[in-house]
Amino acid sequence: MSDSVAVPSVTDVSGTGLPLRGNDIDTDQIIPARFLKVVTFDGLGQFAFFDQRYDEKDNPTDHPMNQPQYENATVLVVNSNFGCGSSREHAPQALMRWGIDAIIGESFAEIFAGNCLSLGIPTVTASAEAIVALQDWVEAHPTGDISVDIEEETISYGESTAIDATVDEGQRKALVEGIWDTTALMQSNQQAIETTASELPYIGGGKS
Amino acid sequence: MSEGTLYDTVWDAHRVTTLPNGQDQLFVGLHLIHEVTSPQAFSMLNERGMEVARPDLTLGTVDHIVPTDDRSRPYADDAAEEMMQALEANAEDAGIDLLDPTTGNQGIVHVVGPEQGLTQPGKTIVCGDSHTATHGAFGALAFGIGTSQIRDVLATGTIAMDKKAVRKVEVTGELGVAVTAKDVILEIIRRLGTDGGVGYVYEYAGEAIEALDMAGRMSLCNMSIEGGARAGYVNPDETTYEWLKTTEYFTENPDEFDRLRPYWESIRSNADAEYDDVITIDGGELEPVVTWGTTPEQGVGITEPIPKPTALQEDKQARARDAQTHIGVEPGETMEGYAVDVAFLGSCTNARLPDIRRAARVVEGKHVHEDVRALVVPGSQRVSAAAEAEGLRDVFVNAGFEWREPGCSMCLAMNDDQLVGDEVCASSSNRNFVGRQGSSSGRTVLMNPSMVAGAAITGEVTDVRDLSTDDDTVGSQPGVSA
Repeated sequence: MSDSVAVPSVTDVSGTGLPLRGNDIDTDQIIPARFLKVVTFDGLGQFAFFDQRYDEKDNPTDHPMNQPQYENATVLVVNSNFGCGSSREHAPQALMRWGIDAIIGESFAEIFAGNCLSLGIPTVTASAEAIVALQDWVEAHPTGDISVDIEEETISYGESTAIDATVDEGQRKALVEGIWDTTALMQSNQQAIETTASELPYIGGGKS
Repeated sequence: MSEGTLYDTVWDAHRVTTLPNGQDQLFVGLHLIHEVTSPQAFSMLNERGMEVARPDLTLGTVDHIVPTDDRSRPYADDAAEEMMQALEANAEDAGIDLLDPTTGNQGIVHVVGPEQGLTQPGKTIVCGDSHTATHGAFGALAFGIGTSQIRDVLATGTIAMDKKAVRKVEVTGELGVAVTAKDVILEIIRRLGTDGGVGYVYEYAGEAIEALDMAGRMSLCNMSIEGGARAGYVNPDETTYEWLKTTEYFTENPDEFDRLRPYWESIRSNADAEYDDVITIDGGELEPVVTWGTTPEQGVGITEPIPKPTALQEDKQARARDAQTHIGVEPGETMEGYAVDVAFLGSCTNARLPDIRRAARVVEGKHVHEDVRALVVPGSQRVSAAAEAEGLRDVFVNAGFEWREPGCSMCLAMNDDQLVGDEVCASSSNRNFVGRQGSSSGRTVLMNPSMVAGAAITGEVTDVRDLSTDDDTVGSQPGVSA
């Protein structure tokens, strides 16, 4: 058994933005199911938002991810209930492999946010108005940096704009302290795991 | 915070410790795995030199990519064959039982767990699939998880989770003819929204819920995730115990049933339990619900007009306009008469024996409309065999339906079962997202199984109450699957 996986702390992320407008963007849109027929996550980046980036004749659309000014973006800016639907981790894996390091939005579906945390990708929330203002700003300043401070829960951009953000308390602690890889954390509690199991009637009770 | 609910009690019983990141570490009582979300988790485990901690509490099946027609190996689709082989190898290496098609027990993961008697009240159940909420029908706490979390569970037999608030969703009264659990959950999602459940687990209660059979409770809990809730459950009762008693797990161990029953009864929410929120819906007022849009909250009663986008909450209007354009419907009209090209009766939401029985009643003696391609994809090999033994397969085949082998099929279109172009599908599945059924211009109308049958016959969305005068009683079907 090995618990020597190095888990970096993620205290802040900065980079240029990618605005992706719309509520309820589901994981089938982020990565259509036909691209899930793989036994590894490698190479999924090219299929992120595939059906919106290419029309039925495979011609590129004007989707933001196809626009050259956003090709090096690392901070995705979305609206509400982003990542709803299927629990497929392929969705954040595809975004991460495309180049996304952090996502800012009005709200996130919970399984999606949990999957992002497993990859060390912060999902930071701010008010609907602040998000729309940030999307507008990114469109006007595609080469401008956005700085997301996880620890202080702020987002700053432009000359001097700073907005209040929220990072779920557990997520913030996990990212800042570098304890977001839960396998090693949990494995160290072997004795407590066995105790809990032995007290469950359907596990321990009667059979031991 | 909630207190004295099933959620609180089962959570506490499984809590190993609180982790330094603030999450609770929970013991996992049953881990279900399938071919799409597990191979990467096994690879991660191998990279770290770890072994599967609890193969005895892990069960595998194959459902997402398996073909539903020619299942001879190797599969015609190389990618499907590769995923199947990966699952077979991983299961064998780890000593995990795999319900593959040669066992006669294969099926959709959320159909086979309950069939095997392994889905039980008071267990924590996880699976790399968002519809794991289904198992809450038995009073289990069941969560869909991602692949890195699958790695956690494989490696440790535990999972890190945040505790949520509990909303009691009470459905009073008696459901009308042809109104099913599917209609109840579509109505709940319509009222509360696809993000209304974020931060919550749903406890379903009330006379209308207690009157549901287990298949109905599974359809209900199944779509908790479409409502944004992390999980959903129904308190276990005699209906639950009747089902469990006839599963092989307990017919082979009757003492075990007697031994566990007090535990199951002990976890029910207390009469004076405290909830973070309570909402009440009058079940007697409901009619069959169908969707008019591209998210499950865009639903409407079959006789009601499709709403004007401007009549909706402001932040939902743009989405509604796009959806009405995509689907090709006008506000003010009803969904009745909307032409369909495909009828799909299947998925983890609605492919159990009672679902198939209800649909068969509508189909019997009639014929599929000439412009419609209609499929029945039973939820499991056991469901299929039971339906066949009752003569239901013949009812569908004689009417012009295709009768397929079990799998997820056209619900998410990972195999060859897909919409083509802008085809319209009357579907008993759970998601009407753009592109979900395999074509980016395809259109999905969600509805209950008898409504799917009605649409198959008439070639358009139909109020099935106008087609069938039978009552809706299909009997309970504990034991033999379903």
